[in-house]
Amino acid sequence: MTDAFVPLLVAVPLLGAVLAVAAGLVSERGPPAIAAVVLVAQTGLAGWIGSQALLNGDLSNGVGGFVAPYGIELVVDGLSAVVVTLVAVVSLAVLGYAVRDDPGGAAFYAEYLLLVTGLTGMSVTGDVFNLYVFLEISGLATYALVASAGTGRSAVSALKYLLFGTVAASLYLLGVGYALVATGTLNMADLAVELARVGYDSPLVLASFGFVVVGLATKTALFPLHTWQPDAYNDSPDSVSALISALVSTVAAYALLRLVYTVYTPAFFDAVPVARDAIVVFACLSIVVGSVLAVAQSEVKRMLAYSSVSQYGLVVVGLAIGTRAALFGAVVHLVGHAIMKGGLFVAAGAVDDLTGARTVEEYAGLADRFPVLGGASAVLMLAMVGVPPAVGFAGKWYIALGAVRAGTWPVAAVIFVSTLLTLAYFAILVERMFVAPASASVRAATDGGSERLGGPAAPPRSLLALIVGAAAVAVVLGFAVTGLETALDPTLDTLLSP
Amino acid sequence: MIDLIAAKHAYLVVVALLAIGAYVMIESDNFVKKIIGLNVFQTGIFVFFISAAFRTDGASPVVQPGGGGGPFVSPLPHVLILTAIVVGVSLTAVALGLVVRVYESYGTINEDTLEEVLAND
Repeated sequence: MTDAFVPLLVAVPLLGAVLAVAAGLVSERGPPAIAAVVLVAQTGLAGWIGSQALLNGDLSNGVGGFVAPYGIELVVDGLSAVVVTLVAVVSLAVLGYAVRDDPGGAAFYAEYLLLVTGLTGMSVTGDVFNLYVFLEISGLATYALVASAGTGRSAVSALKYLLFGTVAASLYLLGVGYALVATGTLNMADLAVELARVGYDSPLVLASFGFVVVGLATKTALFPLHTWQPDAYNDSPDSVSALISALVSTVAAYALLRLVYTVYTPAFFDAVPVARDAIVVFACLSIVVGSVLAVAQSEVKRMLAYSSVSQYGLVVVGLAIGTRAALFGAVVHLVGHAIMKGGLFVAAGAVDDLTGARTVEEYAGLADRFPVLGGASAVLMLAMVGVPPAVGFAGKWYIALGAVRAGTWPVAAVIFVSTLLTLAYFAILVERMFVAPASASVRAATDGGSERLGGPAAPPRSLLALIVGAAAVAVVLGFAVTGLETALDPTLDTLLSP
Repeated sequence: MIDLIAAKHAYLVVVALLAIGAYVMIESDNFVKKIIGLNVFQTGIFVFFISAAFRTDGASPVVQPGGGGGPFVSPLPHVLILTAIVVGVSLTAVALGLVVRVYESYGTINEDTLEEVLAND
């Protein structure tokens, strides 16, 4: 019965995007109101469908009455339920910030809802070509959102992102093409069976795996395919950086996990161990280089962006090792990173609005003047480092545990080193905020009121609530991890069954 | 060699288009040329799908009442590529729109010149 409502997850935000444009013709306040209503509805729908999927098992729907494997199938299992809910909740929360921060008109809200459409579609589709289409929808919406800052620099970053993103999606499409030539099917569940029949050592299957992984790794921004990412995060409007840093790469990493486990299955890794080793090496490199580059940054938003390169390396290591603990750790870290990084980008945007501070040096003395903002940011940073009991610890713990159980000690060592490096760059920032004397820009903001806004120099309540909320969720999720493990148990079983 | 060209010419075209597209994107400093390279690259993928659908003596897949009339070429890749072409057109439009904005802001569409301008910004 619930199955019939699965297509609404994609249809509601898509319809909302059209309505937002229409409402923009009537009234200036129409588009944000439409976006808010649509995202509240989407969150409710995602929560309901997601909980049904977690409680009662997988939901699936053949769109338009065409049965799988011929038609396009939408599938919600435990994993996609988690990602769909994450997308809905985060986009609703960030919308509150976007309305306040960047009133970009009807086009902005239409792009915002299109991005939600694309990301939700990527999470629920059971068809590899359909995944390509949603990948490009979310890509197009992201390029437009990055450029919506209106500056020349943001247009340059968006163009660079577009060139990288399109080549990445094209490589993925080429991989899909090889799989189609080998098997004649596009349905994920059907592909798993057919690919096994063709044989995992067939050159067609190997080529398709290679292209798909490189394409999605570029979208996830793994080193050395990450070069588009820091500029895109740094130059987009503050609310957009929060949204895309929390969701876009997260859903790309989810798609990689989905393809590797549902389409190629763990049996592929057993048949071609070099593929697994290559991904592990690639991801470990990403963890270390991402952290080192983050330490070297002076601008806070760039530092957060390079930190993402390293954190996604952790997620991909977890999914490549592929023991039960490591895979679950990858999922936890995916969700946890989205919340922590989204919250940190909102905080960075708020600090920029209040004081104009953008560099680590300028953050000096921030916590004295804005104790709640500084405190919540510090909690988020420590959670990201992996201080227990926060969710950042839980994710890393499970991934490291999985690595040790699989006997890959070097990976466990890399995770440990990366934790130290993460501590290195966040410790500098925390030290600046809490210990160092206030910088000129922070003093100016609190003494005379921010000239840029001309208003009182206190962070708006709604924004503080958002950042404190993110910090609270990051801590509470750490306690909820065992519950999540029980809920995801059947899904993990299905993913790991050869 | 002649046999290879005769039997696999479609795939040689695919490889050539992919290589030319990638080369132009990497080598050219001009953003518009980079976008043209991107389009050539995508066209290579389109040709790959379409040529994979071909079969010798295949008819177009319109089944007459009562069935029969095969063998047919596969209609699926054609439909996929129709979608991919639409996606490619939208991407090109957005990319060219961004190039216009870059030109309005900095007065150049050359990557090297732009980097100098941005460094002095």
